[in-house]
Amino acid sequence: MTSIAPLLEVERLTIRFRHSEPVRDLSFRVHPGETVALVGESGSGKSLTALALMGLLPRGARAGAARLAFDGDDLRGLDLCAWRGVRGRQIAMVFQEPMTSLNPVLTVGRQITEAVRHHEGLSARAARVRAVELLDLVRIADPHRRVDDYPHRLSGGMRQRVMIAIAVACRPKLLIADEPTTALDVTIQAQVLDLLDQLRRDLSMGLILITHDLGVVGQWADRVVVMYAGGKVEEAQADALFGGPLHPYTRGLLAASPQIEGGRTYHDGPLREIPGSIASAAGEPGCGFAPRCAYVRPACRLAPPAVTEAAPGWLVACPVTRAQPQEASRVATGSL
Amino acid sequence: MSLLAVSDLHTHFHTARGLLRAVDGVSFTVERGESVGLVGESGCGKSTLGKTLLRLVDRTAGTIQFDGQEIGALPQRAVRPLRRRMQMIFQDPFGSLNPRQSIGQILTAPLVVHGRGDRRERRRRVGEIIDLVGLPAGAIDRYPHEFSGGQRQRIGIARALILNPDLVICDEPVSALDLSIQAQILNLLVDLKRDLGLSYLFISHDLSVVRFFADRVLVMYLGRVVEAADGPDLWQNPLHPYTRALIAAIPDPARRKHAAPLTGELPSPEDVPGGCRFHPRCPIATARCAAEEPQPLVFSHGHSVACHHVGGLQS
Repeated sequence: MTSIAPLLEVERLTIRFRHSEPVRDLSFRVHPGETVALVGESGSGKSLTALALMGLLPRGARAGAARLAFDGDDLRGLDLCAWRGVRGRQIAMVFQEPMTSLNPVLTVGRQITEAVRHHEGLSARAARVRAVELLDLVRIADPHRRVDDYPHRLSGGMRQRVMIAIAVACRPKLLIADEPTTALDVTIQAQVLDLLDQLRRDLSMGLILITHDLGVVGQWADRVVVMYAGGKVEEAQADALFGGPLHPYTRGLLAASPQIEGGRTYHDGPLREIPGSIASAAGEPGCGFAPRCAYVRPACRLAPPAVTEAAPGWLVACPVTRAQPQEASRVATGSL
Repeated sequence: MSLLAVSDLHTHFHTARGLLRAVDGVSFTVERGESVGLVGESGCGKSTLGKTLLRLVDRTAGTIQFDGQEIGALPQRAVRPLRRRMQMIFQDPFGSLNPRQSIGQILTAPLVVHGRGDRRERRRRVGEIIDLVGLPAGAIDRYPHEFSGGQRQRIGIARALILNPDLVICDEPVSALDLSIQAQILNLLVDLKRDLGLSYLFISHDLSVVRFFADRVLVMYLGRVVEAADGPDLWQNPLHPYTRALIAAIPDPARRKHAAPLTGELPSPEDVPGGCRFHPRCPIATARCAAEEPQPLVFSHGHSVACHHVGGLQS
């Protein structure tokens, strides 16, 4: 996979507000047709990262990066007009809350065709045909009728399908899905994730899946970037990561999850906890996880740990796993 | 005698679009020291069921027996003393805490309402409960916005427990919390159950959480319990096609890029399908399912299921 030119290259992305740095030195790549998961809890910086990739950072935020390239083109310093050519057409995004992202006073068809007409200059009639095609593509039954519906007439799952139709309307090469199924019921979640994966294959898109749900990551991602307090703590192929995570935070997350712990009940003893909360990372000059880490050393608190390659394609930002790989993987597999 | 025994409970609402049958013939029991999980998707009626049991909404028909006493038809004034023994923990700890009251005030209110102790005694009890749920002692004079989501949920738990209830209804208590915090709260609830001899009705859409937490599980679909069984029995041998679909829909790293999701959407409870309510989405539905509503059949070990085809499913 590394021989193919990456679709997206992010190197040392840092996002600053006046008094904080919610994303710090984040690097990752996405290849064509690949699903990369950004996983982390609230406050890890995963959604801000997505907004930076779309040129949609909130006012007051400044992004800097050593490299930020899409399909070989530099995204740094694009002006508003240039971003419009990228957004939607090259990189598109699906948000968590489909109700608030859709305009309640416009029909579904109108909202889908808005992007197509802007980017491709289609006539009203051709655009409508295209909208029906797109609704069909995202498997909405009876698309000829649904195209004239307003969002409130649709269920949460259908609204999210409409959002996906809007996102893929201009055949983007990269789709960013930010918690696309968090607001949905489990059976509908499975439908939507299955749809996203099928579209990724059919349209040969790269897919960035932003989620806090480890089960979703394990089932659908090729590669996983685990974020904590604005930085990458570990990156690996999904099957490798779930087989034996290295970073103490990743290990803690997997052990804390009743989902991954499959079949355990409270009779088998308590779930493994990660003590404290992510708020303790604020103002920490060293590793953000240090205040909650069972393996913390004095050096961890002084400077952010270097990212090293533990195995080919497996990156981890923790000196403890480097020194004790045997012990680390024993703990990890023992807990799974 | 069961701590809670619910029989053929109905809660209907009149809406502009007609009759909404949120709870539509539910029967189950909660024994002392037992945690019963109630799972289902949004709109299945699980939260309404919880509120009906606490008499926060009125039932339409059926009986609710709490510790042998029928409480379904009691006037609200007579319900109040019972509330001490039945408490609720909500999903959104922030929305359910008054931002203008200190934690001490929030926790003292139930003691005052129920006429418990004098000022000093109450102060002592509040300090005790704060310690019990793992909040720092200084929390008593602070306000809800000063706490993280996990700590706010600890405050919600403290408020529910301060009157020493027998039954606690937990409505999605960890859904709003990050994973690393979720484990802390689940462990706390388990410890409290053991130490205080609590019984729980644990309402959640998250099957993996219910699997960890519940001794017995009820699966609800559109106002009805379609399957009920002991936890291990349900996970190893789910009988109802809806339960099977729910379990199959849990994202699982072992099923790489593969999903066989249930098709279709959850119908509105204002427009419940005739016959078996699940038949429009059911992969094995037949003509009989559209015509006739299946009644719950009890198999071994109290495993009951409402499906015409359950014999065929077992083989």
